[in-house]
Amino acid sequence: MAASKPNVQRAGTVAEPNAVMAVVAPAVGWLIPGAGHLIQKRWIRGLLLMVSVVCMFAIGLLMEGKLYAPNTGDILDILGFVGDIGSGGLYIVGKTLGAGAGNIARATADYGTKYLIVAGLLNIISAVDAYHIAIGKKL
Amino acid sequence: MTIQLSHFSSALLFAVFASVVFGITQRNTPRDMVRYGAYCFSLFVAGVIVAGWAMWLLRH
Repeated sequence: MAASKPNVQRAGTVAEPNAVMAVVAPAVGWLIPGAGHLIQKRWIRGLLLMVSVVCMFAIGLLMEGKLYAPNTGDILDILGFVGDIGSGGLYIVGKTLGAGAGNIARATADYGTKYLIVAGLLNIISAVDAYHIAIGKKL
Repeated sequence: MTIQLSHFSSALLFAVFASVVFGITQRNTPRDMVRYGAYCFSLFVAGVIVAGWAMWLLRH
């Protein structure tokens, strides 16, 4: 079995991939947007990701976007739910508070629905990036 | 509380947030992150303007 190769990180230091962090960082990053970077001391990146995803989610709700439920039986609703659940804690809190009822009478409310879905998808990208940092694939 | 954004301002806000995430996650160095984020933002805005004119042409 080949030994894992050490990763060269910033300032020429060498660090082994952190197995615990490789699990914790994406999980925390999914639950709290940007937190996967923050616990790895990528402060600015973490804050920017957090602000972007949280603002996008909040604006989506303020535009009266719809938060999809998990088991409506409609394939498009299921896909919408997959996007929404990417927001992690934001989706759970939003659903718990009864937000995201949607408003079919307003054209821009549909934009809000797209904001909510894309916020979740962007958060998944952020969580994957936190994983790449944890395994040493990215600085 | 609700907000009412125009189509264009909605698209601009979308472009800002998506570009920030794309820039940070798709590049390795801060300089490349800023450049790629700006590149994505400009493509989003250009796409919105081109799509807007395309729809105007279809209507007329």
